[in-house]
Amino acid sequence: MFKIVEKRLLADNIYLLRIAAPRVATSALPGQFVIVRVDEQGERVPLTIADYDKAEGTVTIVIQTIGASTKKLCALGEGDYIADFAGPLGNPSEFVHMSEEEIRSRRYLFVAGGVGTAPVYPQVKWLHEHGGKADVIIGAKTASMLIYTDEMAKVAENLYVATDDGSYGFKGMVTAKIKDLIDNEGKSYDECVAIGPMIMMKFVTLTTREYSLPTTVSLNALMVDGTGMCGACRVSVDGKTFFTCVDGPEFDGHKVDFDEAMRRQAMYRKQEGDAIERHNHKCNCF
Amino acid sequence: MANKIPRVVVREQEPAVRATNFEEVCYGYNAEEAQLEASRCLNCKNPRCVAACPVNINIPAFIQQVAEGDYAAAAGIIAEDSSLPSICGRVCPQENQCEGSCILGIKGEAVAIGKLERFVGDWALENECKGDVNVAPNGKKVAVVGSGPSGLACASDLAKLGYEVTVFEALHKLGGVLVYGIPEFRLPKEKIVAREIDSLKKLGVKFETDVIVGRTITIDALMQDEGFEAVFIGSGAGLPRFMGIEGENLNGVVSANEFLTRANLMRAYDDEYDTPIYVGKRVAVVGGGNVAMDAVRTAKRLGADATIIYRRSEAELPARREEVHHAKEEGIEFRMLTNPTRVIGDDKGWVTGLSCVEMELGEPDESGRRSPVVKEGSDFTVECDVVIMALGTSPNPLLKSTTAGLETNRRGCIVADEVGATTREGVFAGGDAVTGAATVILAMGAGRKAAKAIDEYIKSK
Repeated sequence: MFKIVEKRLLADNIYLLRIAAPRVATSALPGQFVIVRVDEQGERVPLTIADYDKAEGTVTIVIQTIGASTKKLCALGEGDYIADFAGPLGNPSEFVHMSEEEIRSRRYLFVAGGVGTAPVYPQVKWLHEHGGKADVIIGAKTASMLIYTDEMAKVAENLYVATDDGSYGFKGMVTAKIKDLIDNEGKSYDECVAIGPMIMMKFVTLTTREYSLPTTVSLNALMVDGTGMCGACRVSVDGKTFFTCVDGPEFDGHKVDFDEAMRRQAMYRKQEGDAIERHNHKCNCF
Repeated sequence: MANKIPRVVVREQEPAVRATNFEEVCYGYNAEEAQLEASRCLNCKNPRCVAACPVNINIPAFIQQVAEGDYAAAAGIIAEDSSLPSICGRVCPQENQCEGSCILGIKGEAVAIGKLERFVGDWALENECKGDVNVAPNGKKVAVVGSGPSGLACASDLAKLGYEVTVFEALHKLGGVLVYGIPEFRLPKEKIVAREIDSLKKLGVKFETDVIVGRTITIDALMQDEGFEAVFIGSGAGLPRFMGIEGENLNGVVSANEFLTRANLMRAYDDEYDTPIYVGKRVAVVGGGNVAMDAVRTAKRLGADATIIYRRSEAELPARREEVHHAKEEGIEFRMLTNPTRVIGDDKGWVTGLSCVEMELGEPDESGRRSPVVKEGSDFTVECDVVIMALGTSPNPLLKSTTAGLETNRRGCIVADEVGATTREGVFAGGDAVTGAATVILAMGAGRKAAKAIDEYIKSK
């Protein structure tokens, strides 16, 4: 059992949970994820790590309530326990293997979308702590759905916020902001890292391709075990099949077959809807 | 005269009934049936069954005790060589091992050694008789990676020798393939697997779930920082294989591992559990091993019409004979000498069928089995909305890549000698991680050999 030591509502239906998990905290690195199971009946849900504190032995995750299991998870409060918290899983981001000199010589552009902003944070923080410089674009539909802007501002070289409706910062999609930075502000980058909804990552890669800007994406594929055993997280990269959990979760975005990845992500959508209905039904009975 | 008695038929759930539930298929012998069956054993001077058993259980000796009604003595005899009789009695391929070499089988029917082993194992669990457990702790720590058959067997023997054993399991539930892979209808989880594990807990073995060794903690850290003097790796078979044919990433194509894990470990068939499973109306399972049989029979129980697609003929099916027999009784269709060439999907990317070719058997290949050859122009389509690939596994590279000095062979399996010693000092390995996908009994045997070697290694330090 793993204790929830902090819970905060960050935006509509988006919660931060800080979990006491000393072993995971000790080993966690930017780019990795955990598998969370709320209780005996819950699914094993893969969630990217939003932060970790090795001294405190805690790991932070940020969750959007979508399915039955994430709803149950976010119904818990501080001091409650979740059944399982396994990780860190997947490979860390490539730059954790680089020398500080190499990190300092590279200019990064991070593009974060929605709840995907959370896993961008430990990456930018790591670069910041190792002398690197990273510009960050955070995108959201509207101002009330923005998360992690204050934290990000502390570690990013430049932080740009883009909202679809213009209620905060730049009005438009993150792709328009990328173009704006490169075309109008004269920015240039060695690498782009995009994390967010699959559709956003697809369009970011289409945009960065125009600038021949190498782009890394972090895929949130369906998983059961998260350790390579089930193969649910298969993804086509450059025409070859990879397992997101053991080969990823980060891949060369220009080579990922996003249309297939999005289709595969929807594989259990109908069943998941049924599960939510069952839970809602139960709640009405009380 | 003993061999005039016909083999005692074991009671089973009616096929039509069991094809709709997940209760155990086979009820096993009661005491009376077990004694009668045991009385058939000739107690051969040179028992061929013992030599054919991967762990050389003294089969005639335990069967004599069953015949005399001394089940505790029978359990004691089995325990000398096997730590998991309730499990092996259920899942061993007896027809290729002990029973396959039984002298009675030449002219008639072999003694039902597996069913007798199961009876004794279950009796021992029921009566909590697992031999002496009062061993003084020796204060030395050993880590076991994985709680499947090899890890449990290794942990059990080391604990009995006084070691302080901690088993690290990556998943949330203990038992490895015994819980995520083998279905409830073949191996009950609470009644059998959980109780085997409980008996280890009583021996003082500690278990930590949610620990992925290689990620959560490395073997190096276990040995350097946490004081483990030796490590046994029983991490299992690894990543599911796919065929590499067109359409394999369509929605509706899953590995048998995924399908079975959703059903067994995550209890997706139970409405109380949140994990979804996609069963469809017609399921095609590609493969002919035990995992393929488990997947196809699970699909049937979840309401689908289910078919096995296998490229060789029935004689070459690697599954246990009993599973094939049970599957047929339950209404599973078998399409032998059939090989998929492409998965067909609709315009939304969901599976609608499997393009196949007919095969015929040619010359024997290196496995000694006649190799299947494509019949030209024999293309046809099997209509289905789910395809389950049960084609075996390839090793998980995680432990090799995170453990200095741990070598793997050409196929990626961990290199270990006869007793399980790897190329890294103090690290031993056994089971599927070393051999590639094999059987529970071989894994258990490897775990026990390694336990002995670990004991010798630590004492010699």
